[in-house]
Amino acid sequence: MLSIKDLCVSVDGKPILNGLSLELPAGEVHAVMGPNGAGKSTLSYVLTGRAGYEVTGGQVTLDGQDLLALSPSERAVRGVFLSFQYPMEIPGVPALTFLRTALNAQRKARGEAEIAAPAFLKLVREKAAALKIDFEMLRRALNVGFSGGEKKRMEILQMAILAPRLAILDETDSGLDIDALRIVAEGVNALRAPDRSMLVITHYQRLLDYIRPDRVHVLAGGRIAASGGPELAHALEREGYDRYAEAAA
Amino acid sequence: MSLARAIATGDLAELPSRRDEDWRWTDLRGLIRAMPPASPASEGPTPPAVFAAETQLRVINGRGPDEVTVGAGETRTLALRFIAASSGTAHVSAIRIVVGEGARLTLLETYEALAGGCLAEADLDIALGAGAALERVVLTADAEDGVLVSTAVVTMGPGARFAQTALSCGGRRQRLETRVSHPGAGAGVRLDGVYLLAARRHADITTVVTHAGLDGATDQLVKGVVQDQARGVFQGRIVVREGADRTDARMGHHALVLSDRAEVDAKPELEIFADDVACAHGNTVGALDEEALFYAAQRGIPEPQARALLTEAFVGEVIDRIEDEGAREVARAWAAGRLRATP
Repeated sequence: MLSIKDLCVSVDGKPILNGLSLELPAGEVHAVMGPNGAGKSTLSYVLTGRAGYEVTGGQVTLDGQDLLALSPSERAVRGVFLSFQYPMEIPGVPALTFLRTALNAQRKARGEAEIAAPAFLKLVREKAAALKIDFEMLRRALNVGFSGGEKKRMEILQMAILAPRLAILDETDSGLDIDALRIVAEGVNALRAPDRSMLVITHYQRLLDYIRPDRVHVLAGGRIAASGGPELAHALEREGYDRYAEAAA
Repeated sequence: MSLARAIATGDLAELPSRRDEDWRWTDLRGLIRAMPPASPASEGPTPPAVFAAETQLRVINGRGPDEVTVGAGETRTLALRFIAASSGTAHVSAIRIVVGEGARLTLLETYEALAGGCLAEADLDIALGAGAALERVVLTADAEDGVLVSTAVVTMGPGARFAQTALSCGGRRQRLETRVSHPGAGAGVRLDGVYLLAARRHADITTVVTHAGLDGATDQLVKGVVQDQARGVFQGRIVVREGADRTDARMGHHALVLSDRAEVDAKPELEIFADDVACAHGNTVGALDEEALFYAAQRGIPEPQARALLTEAFVGEVIDRIEDEGAREVARAWAAGRLRATP
């Protein structure tokens, strides 16, 4: 599924990732944990192709295909989805319009027929209800004036509708109260599937009480410093990242 | 000095030039080196109207009705088509539009070129009676080498309402000028505009609103998108005369510049000589939000489509304010067509 080998990335000439390697098999959920500044968000942006992240070495493949050679929208069409830590506001574009445009753009690029309006609305109503999103909110400009929790739920709604192969969740728990966290986590868990992999990027162990990972990786100093089972997250919560930060330095 | 006088007299020295402060970004004297011949009378067939309306009036090559009156209390929708039917000629037209007391008029005005290279001025003298309402939607479809000046002078009675949306695709030079004498007295003005310019087109939206009495409101929102080597000009002036207290005036002009060689010149002016007024203006000129573009791309929307989506949404805010539903749909389709035609 997703294979990252010796990935080196610089931002403004400054190395952020220094030989990061990670294998994420189909159907698994892996957590990437690490201290602030370890390169967690850089990882999510380089996987999705954001401008300003220069790959200086290594490779990334999805199902054997070179991901780094593709544009951001081509990666999305192949099933890469990022739930943003800070979702952008899209002024003037109703959430429904944005979602339908995205879904149809992906279908068109894959050579599939566009989804008809009634089928689309039915799909959105069903997924929105599960995430306790008021349907009327979807008529408003996407993320404009939405609360932090509403934005995060909108991210998961988009993920549910776009049904990606690889979902990257970047600090999805930040800014969520405990009820919103539960709703979002349930939404994510409902999307676990044998042909879908997830990379859950988080600073805190809290989210992993709700989204149980198959493996936990510690990102420190721009590379994976340790990997283990779910128990590693608890150890990190108790002991902190200090020993990895020191090891990396 | 005006294009109309220059056309009427054949004297190029009558053309407004960059030395005139109000015309410094829309220089005609430097552009027009010889006065073209007068446009001949033309009764030829014209293409289907852009706007649907119960009454269609045509002014072809400067010839057409010189007065339209909407009687007190009447409600009418009128399509007024200014058509340039000959190539490389010049013409001037003048029309007076009277909207009687309490009457309502939806005026759907188009500037259409059936041929290239015309020089045209249209002067509109618009009078709104007490409590009258006029919604004016102006759409230009001039040729790339056409020169057009449209000047509307609007007077309003107490409690009248004047709402305008100018939709411009520009020309070699194109100026849509509106001068409103605002009586205050509970009257309201909305003075919107959209310019969508590509290639080497130029469009100038100039407005002057003069508040002369107590309790007047003006709300203005103009947005533009320029690409290639196009040039957009916005000159908005709101004058609040002494004694025009409790005036509420808002002006906004926002432009997207999509290429390095495109240009936007803006001069928003508030001249306030009264007390106790609420006036605000905002003016921004910039590029599309790269973060929003990345977000859309991450969802699988290819970049050209994402740019079109965000740009249409940007001008959609102005188009949404058009009250006449049919005209609003025409405006929306016009914007989508122009923004998608040129990547």
